[in-house]
Amino acid sequence: MIKKNTWVQIEKVVLKPEERAANVPLDTKQVPLLMWVKGYLQNDAQSGDLVSITTLSGRTEEGLLVAENPAFKHNYGDFVPEILQINQMVKKILFGDSHD
Amino acid sequence: MINQNSYQAVMARKNEIMKKAVGIDYSLYETGKISFDYEKLMRDNGYPLSGIEAIQKAHGVGSTPLKELHNITALARHYCPKGFGARIFIKDEALNDSGSFKARRASVAVYRAKTLGYKGVIAATSGNYGAAVASQAAKYGLKCIVIQECYDSHQVGQPEIIEKARACEAYGAEVIQLSVGPELFYTFLRLLEETGYFNASLYTPFGIAGIETLGSELVQDCLVQTKKLPNMVVCTNAGGGNLSGTARGIKKATDKAITIVGASVNLKGLHMASDHDFNRKSFTTGHTGFGMPFMTNPDRSDVPRSAARPLRYIDRYVTVTQGEVFFMTETLVALEGIERGPAGNTSLAAAFSLAQSLPASQIIVVQETEYTGAGKHHQAQLAFAKQNGIKVDFGNPQDEIPGTSIILPSHPGLIKAQEVDLNQIRQSLVKNSVKNEQFITEVDLDFLCQETNQDYPWLKNELKKLGIGVIK
Repeated sequence: MIKKNTWVQIEKVVLKPEERAANVPLDTKQVPLLMWVKGYLQNDAQSGDLVSITTLSGRTEEGLLVAENPAFKHNYGDFVPEILQINQMVKKILFGDSHD
Repeated sequence: MINQNSYQAVMARKNEIMKKAVGIDYSLYETGKISFDYEKLMRDNGYPLSGIEAIQKAHGVGSTPLKELHNITALARHYCPKGFGARIFIKDEALNDSGSFKARRASVAVYRAKTLGYKGVIAATSGNYGAAVASQAAKYGLKCIVIQECYDSHQVGQPEIIEKARACEAYGAEVIQLSVGPELFYTFLRLLEETGYFNASLYTPFGIAGIETLGSELVQDCLVQTKKLPNMVVCTNAGGGNLSGTARGIKKATDKAITIVGASVNLKGLHMASDHDFNRKSFTTGHTGFGMPFMTNPDRSDVPRSAARPLRYIDRYVTVTQGEVFFMTETLVALEGIERGPAGNTSLAAAFSLAQSLPASQIIVVQETEYTGAGKHHQAQLAFAKQNGIKVDFGNPQDEIPGTSIILPSHPGLIKAQEVDLNQIRQSLVKNSVKNEQFITEVDLDFLCQETNQDYPWLKNELKKLGIGVIK
């Protein structure tokens, strides 16, 4: 159970595939236009329930509850060795081997 | 019964919604069949340069340092004949509050919203502009909503857009994240109607006027530091506002001609509205997917008449590859000790190549940088590309196929900005402008000359080819 007033994220369908604009490419037209927005849960609910939230601007939005206290987990990704190679290459060109 | 909130119904009342949301009656500026009075629009709805400087100074924007890139200049001189290789300078715009030149645009837009008594501001942007508006709104105590195109339909997000969402939220904005599609505009219109907030569009006169200080500052900085004017200024180009505003500011600071170059990342072959292609690109702004359509049809933006009109100001337009920009981003770290976000370095990659064809006594200014961080970093974006099956390798960057490969130059001499034929772009603008007309008026003729920065004979010849007549 997720308590009322918890900070959550919801997902909702803005446009179903058949409602999408005429000019979108075929692959995009086959999927709905989805929206994710965060806010305070208006009533106790379970993950996956259809819920209402109050957003930071004070609006009410309705959608499926997908995350409780949603966190940002983006990072610098897996190590990319090519970047280190560039770093050493340009230093070597400019400053010569003596740089090592 | 027609649903008032259906896509068609909302789009049909877009002009009415916009009029309320930007406080400008654009119809007042329409002059001919296709023309409008651009300078009057800018005059009536802008502020003098000194006024903008004061607004910006009071809100953490502007007066960024112009830095000479001695080592990158020296590296460029390895690849050109003796006596060539212009001095490369960079305007470190990442040092504005919120981390990019977009703070200049947001500062005037949000000031305007506050002055007109709006309770909040909304911006439709997946770029640095969101954080810029959110940061400025925080300073004025205004509510802020930012709408982003962020994820594909599987909720896999572009790392740099997720970072921009985080920044917006950090500044207190409500962030609406959408999957891929141009119908973002529909959601945007509905939110403007629902909230009555100000549309802090990138393309209003206030937004563009805010960048004029960047142009005037770089001229003054350059004079102070080198006793010379820059010979060339390179602007990363997407929607055209950066280039238009900078060029306007330069013209206000000096009568001397300075070559204005636009630079975009070449994303040829990738469809900007494709759910599949969305995560196969490594640049979400500063690329040809925006640069080309906005240059040939500036009024495709989110206001009836865009104040960004790059073809009026651009002297040369070049493209660089994703691999070249990533390479230069790392070179900036390695040789200058400056870590900045990749998209803003599009113009740096172009400048590195262009400098090699200019005399060593000349000066080339790269007019922006942007902050870097988790997600919004060449390391994060190359890792993400690999995850999406993009081949990352060293070689000749001209062999890169956007969406399939990223080719990092196997040596810096392979970085070669590619010239775009501006004549073709101008022809496309004319064609787009007259597509619903059989004839135009003389006022339209003047307008198109200004729009293309060309003379009457050129334009009349183009109109003749299109079978368009001119009446008095």
